[in-house]
This record gives sequence, C-alpha cells and structure tokens, in this order.
Amino acid sequence: MNTLIFRTLAPLIVATMLVFSLYVCLRGHNEPGGGFIGGLIAAAAIAVFGMASGVEEVRRALRVDPMAIAGFGVVMAGASGLMSLFIEAPFMTSIWLYLPLGDTTVPISTPLFFDLGVYCVVFGTLASVALALEASDEENH
Amino acid sequence: MSQNALPTAMIETLTAIGDWLVVLPIVLALMGGALLLMLRQTGKLSLLAALVVVGAIIACDIGLLIRIAAEGPVSMTMGRWLPPFGISLTADIFGAAFALAAAVVTLAVLAYAEIERGEPEQGDGFHPLVLLLLGGVTGAFLTGDLFNLYVWFEVMLIASFGLLVLGGGAAQLDGAVKYGFLNFLATTLFLLALGLSYGLLGTLNMADIMRVAPMADPAAMAGIAALLLLAFGMKAAAFPINAWLPASYHTPPAAVSALFAGLLTKVGAYALLRALVAILPASRDLLEPVLLALAIGTLLVAPLGAIAETNLRRALGFLVIGGIGAVLAGLALPSPAAIAGAGLYIFHAIVTMTALYMVAGLIERRSGARDSRQMGGLYAADSGLSVLFFVLILAAAGVPPLLGFWPKLLLIEAGLAAGGWGYGLVAALVANAVLTLIAGTRLWAHIFWRNAPEAVAPRRHRDGIGFAAAGLLAAAIVAAGLWPNPLIAGAHMAAADIVDPAHYVAATGLAAVEPGERE
Repeated sequence: MNTLIFRTLAPLIVATMLVFSLYVCLRGHNEPGGGFIGGLIAAAAIAVFGMASGVEEVRRALRVDPMAIAGFGVVMAGASGLMSLFIEAPFMTSIWLYLPLGDTTVPISTPLFFDLGVYCVVFGTLASVALALEASDEENH
Repeated sequence: MSQNALPTAMIETLTAIGDWLVVLPIVLALMGGALLLMLRQTGKLSLLAALVVVGAIIACDIGLLIRIAAEGPVSMTMGRWLPPFGISLTADIFGAAFALAAAVVTLAVLAYAEIERGEPEQGDGFHPLVLLLLGGVTGAFLTGDLFNLYVWFEVMLIASFGLLVLGGGAAQLDGAVKYGFLNFLATTLFLLALGLSYGLLGTLNMADIMRVAPMADPAAMAGIAALLLLAFGMKAAAFPINAWLPASYHTPPAAVSALFAGLLTKVGAYALLRALVAILPASRDLLEPVLLALAIGTLLVAPLGAIAETNLRRALGFLVIGGIGAVLAGLALPSPAAIAGAGLYIFHAIVTMTALYMVAGLIERRSGARDSRQMGGLYAADSGLSVLFFVLILAAAGVPPLLGFWPKLLLIEAGLAAGGWGYGLVAALVANAVLTLIAGTRLWAHIFWRNAPEAVAPRRHRDGIGFAAAGLLAAAIVAAGLWPNPLIAGAHMAAADIVDPAHYVAATGLAAVEPGERE
C-alpha cells in the first residue's frame, strides 16, 4: 500500500474525509447522518492515514490517545443529558437555544452535544481498533 | 377521550429533584467509567477516582432506598416522552436494595483488587471495566423497560468479557469463549422474546405489559414467558443450563471472579423474579411445574458438584449455582412470603458469594495452589483466614444466625404453607443446606485442618487490604444475621409490591390512561 501515489494523495483524502465527517455529523439532526456515521467516516480517515504514514505518525498527529477521546465522548453525551436537571425535566430532555447571528438564527441544543459525544465515542473506539490492527500488521513485515 | 383530540404525548409536570436518584447511579457509573478511561495511565489516581465514584453511587442508592421506603416506587421516563414511548427507569425496594448491595461489593472488590495489581497491571483498563459492569448491573436492577433491560445485559456482557480476558492467559481465553458464547446465546433468546412480545402487545414498558398482558392470548404469552425463563435461567446458571459458570469463574484474577460471583447470576435471578412474578404472573402459573423441577434440580445437583470438585474456585462456583436454586424455589411458590424469601436470598447471595471468592483468592495466594488437594495446614499459618472462610461457608449454607438463614426460613415457611409440592421444595432446601455444609466443611478441612503436603510452605503476602475488605463484608453478613428485622420487613414490603403491582404501575404514570385507550 505504501506507493508514492498513495502517500501523496492520502493527506488530501484524509482531510476531505474529516471535513465531510463533521458535515455529516452536523446535518444529522434533521436529515440522514449523525454522530455515529460521522464518527465512522472520521475513523476510516484515520485508518487511511495510518496505512499511508504509519501508526506512529498518526498517534503523533492525534496528540491524544484515541481511547481517551472515546471516554471524553461518553462524558460529553452524559453531561448533555444531565443539563435537563436545571429545567426540572427528566433525564435526556432536550434544551434548545436560538442564537441570532446576523440574518439567521443558529439553533444550539443538548441533542447536538449528545451527537458530538457519540461522534467522539465511535471515532475514538474505531480509531483505536484500526491503529491496533495496523500496528500488529507493521510488526509482521 | 374524545375522538378528534390526539392523546398527550409529553409529560407536562415538573420533575422532582428526588426522582433523579433513580437515574444518577447508572449515569455516575457510566460517566465515571468513561472518565477513568481518560485517566487510564495515571496509576493511583485512577483507583482513587474509582473509589470516589462508587462511593457517590452508594450514596445515591441509599437516598433512592430511603425515598422508595417513604413514598413507594420511584420512576422517571427519559426525555419527557410519556410512557410507554419514553424509556422508563422504575425502581422498587428490591431493585434499589440489590443496586445498593452491588455497589457496596464493588467498592470492596476495588479495594481487594489492589493486592493483586502491581506495576504491570497499571493502565490495563480494569477500573473502567469494573465501573462499566457496575453501570450495567445497576441499570438492570433499576430499569422499568424490557428492551432497556436487554441493553444492560449487553453492557454487562461486554464489561465482563473484557474483565475475563484481561491478562490474556490461555485458560482465561478458554473460559471466556465458553462464557461469552453461552451468554450471547441467552441474550439472543431474550431478544427473540422481546420481538415476540412487542409484536403481540405493542409495548415493552414493564408496567404497561402488566396492564395489557392479561388481554393477550395466554398461549402466546406463555411461550414468551418460557423463552424468558430459558434466557434468564441461562444467565442465572440454573441447572441444567449452568455449564458456563464453573467453566469460566475460576480463570480470571480472584477479584474479578468475586465480582462476577456476586453480581452476574443475581441479575439473571432478579430478571426472572421481575419477568415471571411481577410482569407475567399468569404465565408463571402455567410454568410452575417447570420452575419446580428447575428449583429442585438446581438445589440438589449444585452442591453435589461442589462436593465432587477439588479446584477451590470451581467448587465455590457450584455453591453460587446452589443459591440460584433457592431463588427459583421462591419463584415456584406464588405466595408473597416466598417472594420475600427469594428477594432476600438474592441480597444475601450478592454479599456472601463475593466475600467467599475474595477469601478463596487469599487462600490461593497463601498456599500458592488452586487445587484443594495441594493445600493444607493453613490453619497454623493464618487462623483469621480460616475463621473467615468457615463463617462464610456457614452463611452460604444458611446456618443461623447468619444472614443466609433468614431467607431460607421464609422460603421453608412458605413451602410448608403451600403444601403439596411445597413439601418437596422444603425437603430440597434442607438437603441443599446439608450438602452445602458437607461440601464447604470438607473444603475447610482440606485447606486448613489437615497437615500440609510435603514441600508446601505457606507464603507470606502483604494482603491486609484484601483481608480487611473480605472481613468487612463478612462482618456485615454476621450483623445483618443478628439483627434481621429491618431486612425481613423490607423484603415483605417489596414482595407485596411485586405481587400487587398497583404502586409500580402508578409510579410510571400509566395508571391515568386506561389500557387499550391509546389505540
């Protein structure tokens, strides 16, 4: 897999996939998409990056252990559910905030943060798996 | 309700802060586990954080229990959607008491595990997995929704599978495959039953099923109940579907098997109690002969297995199974007293079996062996350990005045009152106690009393924390056995709510809507 063409194109593919994964995650509230599928796409990007540049390079670029990202995702999703404590509603009740921004309003909600948490969990878990598989693959060569 | 107005779908009333106690133990466990995953490489800080989180969970469980004792079952439905559309968490006395016992033994196991964990084990994910397991177990005890119960079973399965393979020896992988496959089969059967009941009833909320099940086809409901009995029976390791338990519980470190012995099968037993007695009582009546056969078979065969077994922890595994027989005996007798006995037995078994496995781990460390044939003479080396083991064996057999005696007394009273097959159950319960005593005292004599085999010198270890953790659990068992009145009164109150679910249904807010009105 380590051809010159692949190594040259990989950063472009990875960057495009990462941006696309965020787009899919954000549009997921009302249309097909969401945190799960976004996290999958981002993890696939990391797998491609790992194939092209090696696992060590990816870990350096990520800076944080992917499993810690997954843990952070669970904490964020749980915290978004706990927010409804403050409006005297049951756990996981959604809270919406409409921010006027120039000509448009941007809705910010707790489900958004829940979905971002899911994104982190899926991304962290699958990136760990992909990197572990690629690392053992490198040992064999 | 008028024809043209849609029924309300949202909960409009404000939620009391106290209701959060039903969801907090689960959320704390899961978020705490995630936090520990982030702190994985920090060594002692990870242990400290785990202890703090479990302590907070215990505080929430106690608060929940106090609230339930004062006001009846507590329920909260996620996201303001009215049940049965939103997922309800509903806790009654049994659920909250078991959740509390599970959190307490988890705290003891976390402290105990330190004697087995050195530098190489730092950052192996033990603490996050323990909290994930506790989250799954607590969720199973507190949920009010059958599909949600399935989710918690899966969470438990993932966490226990992770704990089982931690360290990754060949024997552990062998045990993990058997454990994983058979438990996976059980959860799949459970999922089948869920699909059938959703197709038949259109709801999976436990309180809602209680209301609509009597109107459904009794034969189909009995089929679903039989599937649930098979699935939960496998989870609870009832005879003859118990093979996975003795094959896997002795392979991981002692702390992990102590946690499994205390928590996993008890969740299966609790699910049986909830599904058959509380949710589908009519189907339970149809299945009563099966329950009787399972109970008597488990009560008699399990301690025989313990007598035949020489591997210490495998032998204890059979004692765990024997305890499940006592719970099944309570399910086979429909009276509230029997249900109280079964519930109290689950509570007792959570604490006793955990402590017993902890002591087994200490014995293995002292003797350097896993098979009781290679042990001996430990009494001279450590008399405190021998007293601890002996007390726990007596508690497991149900010798007065220890905690194990009182649930068996309730069960025997209920069996005598029932007459007929009840006498058979009473005989099996007594025989189980005698056989358990034989198996336990035989192990005790082999390990502590007889002379040590040649060339086996007891080793000295610094395992004071482990001894203290097991000792505190044993002290709790003795204290609860000497002052059992609050526990027995609580068990009777809980059993009354299981047999007559009016309070349970009212807590979810479903009583206001007549069954069938939604359609």
